[in-house]
This record gives sequence, C-alpha cells and structure tokens, in this order.
Amino acid sequence: MAEALAITATEEQVARQHLAHHFDTPQQQFDAGTLGMWMFLATEMLLFSGLFCAYAVFRATHPEVFKYAGQYLDPVSGLINALILLTSGLTMALAVRFAQTGKRFALSLCLALTMLGGVAFLAIHAKEYFDNGQAKLLWGTHYAPTVGPNGKPIAPVVGLVPLVVKPKPVASAGWQQLNALGKAGFVVSHSDIMPAPTGPSGVATSQKPSAPENPFQPANVQIFFGIYFLMTGLHSLHVIIGIIVIGWLLIRSFRGEFGPGYNAPVVYVGMYWGVVDMVWMFLFPLLYLIH
Amino acid sequence: MTALAGNNYGDTPVVPAKPDNYLTHGKTIRSWLLTLDHKRIGIMYLVVGLLAFFIGGMLAEVIRTQLLVPQGLIFHGTGSVASSYAAYRYYNQVFTLHGIIMVFLVLIPIIPGALGNFALPLLLGAKDVAFPKLNLISFYLYVVGALLAILSTVLGAVDTGWTFYTPFSIQTESYVVVMVLGIFLVGFSSIFTGINFMVTIHKLRPPGMSWFRMPLFLWAIYATSLIQVAATPVVGITFVLLMMERIMGIGIFNPALGGNPVLFQEFFWFYSHPAVYIMILPAMGIVSEIIPVFSRKHIFGYEFIALSSLAIALIGFLVWGHHIFVNGQSAELDAVFSFLTFVVAVPSAIKVWNWLATMYKGAIVLKTPMLYALSFIVLFTIGGLTGVVLGALSEDVVLHDTYFVVGHFHYVMMGGTLIGFIAGLHYWWPKMFGRMYNERIAQITCVVMFIGVNLTFFPQLMVGADGMPRRYASYLPMYQPYMIASTIGAYIQLVAFLTMAGYLMHSLFYGKKAPVNPWGGGSLEWETSSPPPHDNFETTPSVADPYDYGDLVFDPAVNGYVRTEKPADTLVPVKVAH
Repeated sequence: MAEALAITATEEQVARQHLAHHFDTPQQQFDAGTLGMWMFLATEMLLFSGLFCAYAVFRATHPEVFKYAGQYLDPVSGLINALILLTSGLTMALAVRFAQTGKRFALSLCLALTMLGGVAFLAIHAKEYFDNGQAKLLWGTHYAPTVGPNGKPIAPVVGLVPLVVKPKPVASAGWQQLNALGKAGFVVSHSDIMPAPTGPSGVATSQKPSAPENPFQPANVQIFFGIYFLMTGLHSLHVIIGIIVIGWLLIRSFRGEFGPGYNAPVVYVGMYWGVVDMVWMFLFPLLYLIH
Repeated sequence: MTALAGNNYGDTPVVPAKPDNYLTHGKTIRSWLLTLDHKRIGIMYLVVGLLAFFIGGMLAEVIRTQLLVPQGLIFHGTGSVASSYAAYRYYNQVFTLHGIIMVFLVLIPIIPGALGNFALPLLLGAKDVAFPKLNLISFYLYVVGALLAILSTVLGAVDTGWTFYTPFSIQTESYVVVMVLGIFLVGFSSIFTGINFMVTIHKLRPPGMSWFRMPLFLWAIYATSLIQVAATPVVGITFVLLMMERIMGIGIFNPALGGNPVLFQEFFWFYSHPAVYIMILPAMGIVSEIIPVFSRKHIFGYEFIALSSLAIALIGFLVWGHHIFVNGQSAELDAVFSFLTFVVAVPSAIKVWNWLATMYKGAIVLKTPMLYALSFIVLFTIGGLTGVVLGALSEDVVLHDTYFVVGHFHYVMMGGTLIGFIAGLHYWWPKMFGRMYNERIAQITCVVMFIGVNLTFFPQLMVGADGMPRRYASYLPMYQPYMIASTIGAYIQLVAFLTMAGYLMHSLFYGKKAPVNPWGGGSLEWETSSPPPHDNFETTPSVADPYDYGDLVFDPAVNGYVRTEKPADTLVPVKVAH
C-alpha cells in the first residue's frame, strides 16, 4: 500500500487540486490524514474498551450467568457473520488497491460488494435481535424468557424492581405538594428522609433459589443480555455508518474521482472498515463461544 | 492573497496604511461562523467559553451567598424539615450546574480551544491546524453540547453533582439524559481537537523545528491532546451507558437490576482524573512561555519541563483509584493508587523548580502576564501539595468529601488553570486583537484577584480539616466565620473579574496599538504583525531557539522589542540549551 506508484503528470495535477492551502505537498497532506485517522480509530477502540471492560468485570463476578446465557446465542449465525465481515474486509482492501492503481470499474465493484457484505451482516443480526425479542431475551426488567436454552420451559423471572427512571420536571406536582406542605407548617412526624431505593437484588435474590422448578437458571441473567445488546448494538451502529460512508465513496467512484493521484478517502474508509471487522472478531468468541 | 504583495514589508519599518489582518479579512457574520481560520475559531471559543465562565461564576456567587449563614441565605425552608428539603434541592442543582459548566464547558475546552487554537499554528510557523474543517466541527459540537446543557437546565436541572454517580443519577427526577448527551458531544469536540493538535504538531512543524526546539506550550498542548484522545472515549461510553440506563433500563450500573454502581465510578474517574491534567497541563505550558520572557533569561531545564508534561499525562492515567479510596476498594489497590498519586506529583514539582531556576538571577519584569504566572506558581503549589495530603490514605479517610477537597480542587482549578488561562490571555491579547490594555489597572486587578482567590479557598481548606462536609446547603454554626471569609473572597474575585472584563473591553476600542513584539518573546508568533494576517506570516519565518532573547532589544519608537539583526541573517545553528 505504501509503495510508490508511478504518477502521471495528469495525476500529479489531480493531486495538486486536492491539496489544501496549509500543506506543502500531497504526501504531507496524506500522511497527516492517515495519522489523524489512526488516532480516531484508536479512540473508537477505546469507546469499545469500556464495554469490554464491563464484560470482563461481570464475567469475573458472575461467571455462571455468562455460562448459562451464552447458550441462548446461536454460534452458527455468529460465525456466518464473521465470515461475511472477513470477506467484506477483503473486498474493501482490494478496493483500496484498485483506487491506487486507478482501476475504476473494479473499485466500484469492490465497494458495492463491501456494502453488500455489511447489509447481509445487518440482516442476519436483525434476525437474531428479532428472535431475542420474541423469546424475551432482553435486558433489565424486559428479561422474561419462558423457555430455557435447552428448549425446556422455565419459570418466569421474579424480583426485578427498577429504580425510578422517568425524568420529570423539577417543579413537578409532587414537589409543589411537598413545598406547599412545608409552607403550611406541616411537619413530617416520623421521618423526612426520602425512602431508600430498593436495595441491590444481586445479593438478596441470589441467596434464595430464584426458581426452584428450574435449578439451572442463575440470578441476574439479564446482565448478560444488557452487555450483549450494548456491544453488538454499538458495533452494528458502526457497520451502518460504514455502509453509508462506503455508499458515498461508491457515488464518487462512479464519478471517476479516485485514481493514483487522489485516493485518500478510500484509504481512510478502508482503515475504518478494517477496525469494524476486527471488533466483531473479538465480539464473536466473547459472546457466542463461551462454551 | 493579501494586498501586501507589492510593498517592501520587512525591509523598512513602514507598515502599510491599511494592513489586512485576520479580524478584517472577511466582514460578514457568515465569514466568522463558517470560518476555517484557526485564529477566528479560537476567538469564537474564547467568546463562548467566557460566556459559560460568566454563568458558572455567577452560580458560584449564588453558592457562596447561600453559605453566608448556617441554615442558608437563599434556599431555606419555612421552618419545617420537609420545606427545607424541597428548598435545599435547588441548592443541589446550583452546585451541580456550577460544576458541570465550569469543568466541561470552561476548564477543559477554554485553553486548548481558545488560546491553543489561536497560538498553536503561530508558534509552529504554520498556516493552520492540520484539519481546519474538523476544527470548526469541534467548535460546533462544543456549542451544541453547551446548548443541550442549557436545555436540560430549563427542562429540569440536574441535581447529581458534576460526577453523576449512580444509582442516584438513574433515580433522580431531572433531565440527566439531555445533560449527559450534551457532555458527550463536548467530549467529542475535545477528542477531535486533540487529534487535530497532535497531527498538527507531528506533521506541520517547519523544517528545523525538531521536537526539542518546540516552544514548551506546544509540548504541554501535545501532552494534553494525548490525554484528550486516550481518555475521553472512555467517559463517552460511560455516559452512553448512563443514558441507556435511564432510557432503556439496561442495568449495567443499576444495583436493582444486578448491575455494579462502583463500576460507574471507576469508569468516570478513569477519564475524570486525567481530565484534571487536561485542564492544568496547558496552563503549565503558558506559564513555561511567560516566565522566561519576563525574566529575560533562557528557560532552565527545557527537556525536563517538556518531558515532565508527558510524564504527567502518562502517570495521570494510573491514579484514578484515589477518588474511591473509601468506596470499597481493596487495601492493596488503595496502597498502589496512593503511591502512584505521590509519583504524579513529582513531574509537577520538577516544573515548579525549573520555573524558579529560570527566574533566578533573571531581569524580572513584573508585567501583568508575569504577575499571573507568579500567582499560578504560588496557588498551584498550594493546590498540588494539598493534593498530596489527600493522596495519603489515612488522611483521605478523614478528609474525603469534606471542604478540604473543595479547597484543594479550587486551588488547582481556579488558582492553576484559570489563573494560567488569564495569564495567557493577557500575554497573547496584544497579538489577538492588536491592542494593549491598561497595564497599571491590570496589575492592580491581578493583586486583587490573588487576594480574592486565597481568601475564598484557604478558609475552605481549614473548615474542611475541621470536618465540614462538602455539597451541603446548610452547616453547623461553628463553621460560619470561615464561610463568611470565603464568601467575601468570592465577592472580591467577582470585582476583579468585572474590572478585567471592563479594561479588556475598553482596550478593544481605545487601547494603544500593539507592536509586533510587546514583551520581547522569542517564539514565532512574535515575528508576525499584531493581529496576524489571514495566512499568519507574510514570509515563512526562520526557526531559532524560542528562548534566546539575546538579540531582542526594546525600541521605544515602536514601544516593543525588535531584533537587532534580521532573523534571516542569523541562520547559525541554534544554541541547544543544556
């Protein structure tokens, strides 16, 4: 990729046209862009790292949850998605190469194939999400499956009480009431401290068997699905952004804007797509291959 | 591009009759709002940042006024406890907003955004930052984030404290999501600025400016950017999780759903401790520029100051655990974090000693920037040393969540970052606007400010050591004398800031025209006109040692410093300082 390609006089002119006023040479501009892109991708990895860290913490503190809940996920669809993304990574890398050598038809074809791979990935993933939703394999209080990973019925999960999450204006009716009571000289007789929120369910509910009919279901399985949806959701968001940006490249490629003289956007998007692929190569074993 | 091509600028001291500069380059509002010029973007950051600072400062005055009397002067009940409870919630909102606005909208962005944007390419002798469009996007992300913060305040002001600790931030009936989304956007602004500056320093240094010939402000900005790029994404995902917590009930930080609230604290401080170095490092860079110029002496220990910035940036990543000593962390981890907290104080001390050594036997000129730089050294040293006190385990157990922490933090942030920012503002003001402010009034203001800051925050250290908890709307009567002193100090600061706003505004319209080099600085921004032209330099400046003042002499004719020989004639190898 870094090797010097023979640049014709016309291409040299193209490169000059795309040179911003504060750079001296196209090479300097390209190097600056590449460095900036690498840094941006590093921040992307750090964005994911928070979720990887949460995964590590909860897997260390709740190993039984991950062992149990991991069985719900279908490793085959995860593997197919991994293969799709790997292939799209190849087509993207080829697209970069074709942009540098100026093969415009091959460039457009490879970009289209990469987009197709991204869409196929999302379609398979959407199907998985849909199935999870049907089976109520969701996060927090929405977790209420009626069937275990082995296909046998299980008792419904009990005991999850969410904290108040509805945002209300500060001057809500309750507040005004409280203020009015205060102004009226009303003194709360027993305690004026607001009742404490519901305590942690983790410790309390794990002491008692959560569902005697199904001794194999550990407490707090919803944690796994919370992490699962966050990690895959954030990754899917990046795939969607990638598809949009590659679509933009495709339009510009049809217009014949890329060639040996100017191909920086293709290179940068190629780097981005590589990172998106790589994240899935971590997510797939961590989520689907716990056994 | 400018109309200067035909004149003989540089050979005679004659300045063109109507020189085009970046302030007059385009006159429409659109030419400001959509500008890609780093100098204009810097000025826009300055305006918005100062506006945010004004709001945050007024909230601080509200807090101090509330604490004049033990039961609270502004927010207090009508006798019943329930009414006090309702009234005190407003106090919680006020100190929360004060903290959020000051930390996320003022302290983090203002020096890199305003002074960094303005000065960094000039110090490099470059035409602009590496990615001018990204720079403008950063600015607008900052503005939109600030607007969202205001929106959440209108809808229902957040009362969590600026730290957003779970589970209270999940429970509270206020618009946490909107506020956190705003901070998330400001965070991205910070990341993009960091990337932009790092790439600029890597790729746009002029020929001859090796890493160890850069002005120290650039080293400080580089270290700052490193933290911005490496730490901010983590708080980004943390705030995303907090939003998911409130919108979807995802349960990661929610103990009621099996989540772990301390994990939020770990994530939050993994960013927010390095973030205080994002705030203080650029201020240190400014002080490193000002001290040698006003001592008329080469900076002492250049490499040590430069590398200690990087050391602070790197070690700063490893000390976040000292915020949660008492929150259930194991004793072993406590000990490690305590040790590393002591270690991170060393590079800061290295800087202070090198500044003192620079001044030693120098011809010190007590102009306003220098006075603020000296204030910085005193105030930052108090702030830093009280930080070491808090880093000691046994003391932290006693002082945790007391006013001692508030005093320490404000000594570092107000006495360090903001005083450093004000120093830089006064230092570069002639270059930014081409006008000189009234030196005498500015000097007096600096002294008043110094007194005000100490009177505000030193009593807080004392009252904290006496056991007064932070974030309370009321307190025991025994603490009242300290609180009154602190409030008087806050009013003195207000007077100082209003005076400053007055004389700086006055200078814009009535100030004397600034010379090219009013202070005798040796770095490249003093080679171009004040204010600089749109493209920064008429001719590419030649790079020399930025701290060599040997050939700069004061010329009363222009009321500024001029080089005895033209820089083009002095293309001798640069003296390397050892």
